[in-house]
Amino acid sequence: MALLQLERISAQYPGAAKPVLSDISLSLGPKQLLVALGPSGSAKTSLLNLIAGFVTPSAGRITLDNVPVEGPSAERGVVFQDDALLPWQDVLANVAFGLELAGVPREQRESKAREMLALVDLAGFDKRRIWQLSGGQKQRVGLARALAADPRVLLMDEPFGALDAFTREQMQELLLQIWQRSAKPVFLITHDIEEAVFLATDLILLAPDPGQIVEHLQLDFGQRYSAGESARAIKSDPRFIETREHVLAKVFSQRQTIREQLA
Amino acid sequence: MSGFQTPSPADTITTRLPTKPHRASGFHLSTRSISVLTLAVLLGSWWLVTALEWVEPLFLPPPSAVLEKAWLLMTKGYMESTLWQHLGASLQRIGLALLFAVLTAIPVGIAIGHNRIARGIFDPLIEFYRPIPPLAYLPLIVIWCGIGEFSKVLLIYLAIFAPIAIATATGVRTVDSAKIRAAQSLGASRWQLIRHVIVPSAMPDILTGVRIGLGVGWSTLVAAELIAATSGLGFMVQSAAQFLVTDVVVLGILVIALIAFALEMGLRALQRKLVPWHGQTH
Repeated sequence: MALLQLERISAQYPGAAKPVLSDISLSLGPKQLLVALGPSGSAKTSLLNLIAGFVTPSAGRITLDNVPVEGPSAERGVVFQDDALLPWQDVLANVAFGLELAGVPREQRESKAREMLALVDLAGFDKRRIWQLSGGQKQRVGLARALAADPRVLLMDEPFGALDAFTREQMQELLLQIWQRSAKPVFLITHDIEEAVFLATDLILLAPDPGQIVEHLQLDFGQRYSAGESARAIKSDPRFIETREHVLAKVFSQRQTIREQLA
Repeated sequence: MSGFQTPSPADTITTRLPTKPHRASGFHLSTRSISVLTLAVLLGSWWLVTALEWVEPLFLPPPSAVLEKAWLLMTKGYMESTLWQHLGASLQRIGLALLFAVLTAIPVGIAIGHNRIARGIFDPLIEFYRPIPPLAYLPLIVIWCGIGEFSKVLLIYLAIFAPIAIATATGVRTVDSAKIRAAQSLGASRWQLIRHVIVPSAMPDILTGVRIGLGVGWSTLVAAELIAATSGLGFMVQSAAQFLVTDVVVLGILVIALIAFALEMGLRALQRKLVPWHGQTH
């Protein structure tokens, strides 16, 4: 059963001639890791902002458990591209921040936060300051912070986009492990085709002007990783490469059509 | 094989390294020691011109006379009050004004930065009175509130209020929107957002505002005491000048400078302690 439901969503900024997103319908259920892939300008972030409640759609309906989404809430946890952590607090307080806002007593929230830090392989980093962390560590803290608040769904806005290639691979594997263990539905946006194909159970390809879904694929590479296959073995599997090239071709053919339309 | 006999790059580096850190010959002074030297030269020439009696003590008393006077002022006093009493009067005025300014300007600044209506109300008021030199409205304050302590504290308060309120509003307006969204998606209410994200984010700007405000406030206070007061450092300098007691004048100016310097340094230390993340790349 779908948990998060988007029905014919459009979005338009005030004063703009064209909508940024047009007629988007999708659903996200338990055990799903939905990846929205698209080139710059395909309004990926706008889509995530709609689901998070930072922006309201100009048409259509977004529901979580059949309840309409109105504004941001702790039910929809967000991991940002730039960590968006609070530098005046240490790592532990950052992870416990959502629970602090909810009024959970200190001991309880700190033990939960420690648990989450262990989950993202940052046990013992409690007292570190944010500016002492590497880019990958900050993203781990951001992930732990979102998870600590125990959201219904996890939204990730190009979470590994600013990381180097090595760290990105590690983070992808970490995400799959956590997703498998927590069983939380994840909605992730990226412009990295390999990342999208590797992580997604469901991959939607967005095309720009206005942002729209042009392809919806169901994939199982992430599940193969969870079943014990190594990430490198999966990514060098001919079937993985074939899928990746198929998606890549689709992106380019989409650009071609746009160019022809403009010409 | 001959290729293997040429020294490897690593060898060349290790043999060259020891010569590398050598500086060009000549002595090297840190910026701080240059500053100390400047002050020493200044003091030295002060002593020299007075010791050689190039300048009359009436215009510039020797350093020794000023020190002696300092001792006398601390123990016996001048114009019925000791140096400590004058200093205390000035510090109390600025302390009270600062306290009220911090208590009111920070909330007003947050409101201006956060709320459209508050911005509409306070922005023109602050922008109107801020460019006026405080001494220009001192006469009006004296007409309204008399010549007592309240007038002086009110004057300094007004001088400190604007920089703090403006800096706070700037800090609030420039809060990273990602941090705000992050807190909202963790369930933060409007008040929690202000308390946990906006105020801490704006803290570096607030402290800069306090620093600027204290600087403006201190110079305003001393100037106000020169004009209308019966105690305080400014009054001490002014009344000494009327009787040509130059050593007290010089001493007063030195103490005023010293306090301003101490305030600035104290605020900088506070900034380092309260906002250690400021200026760090994160």
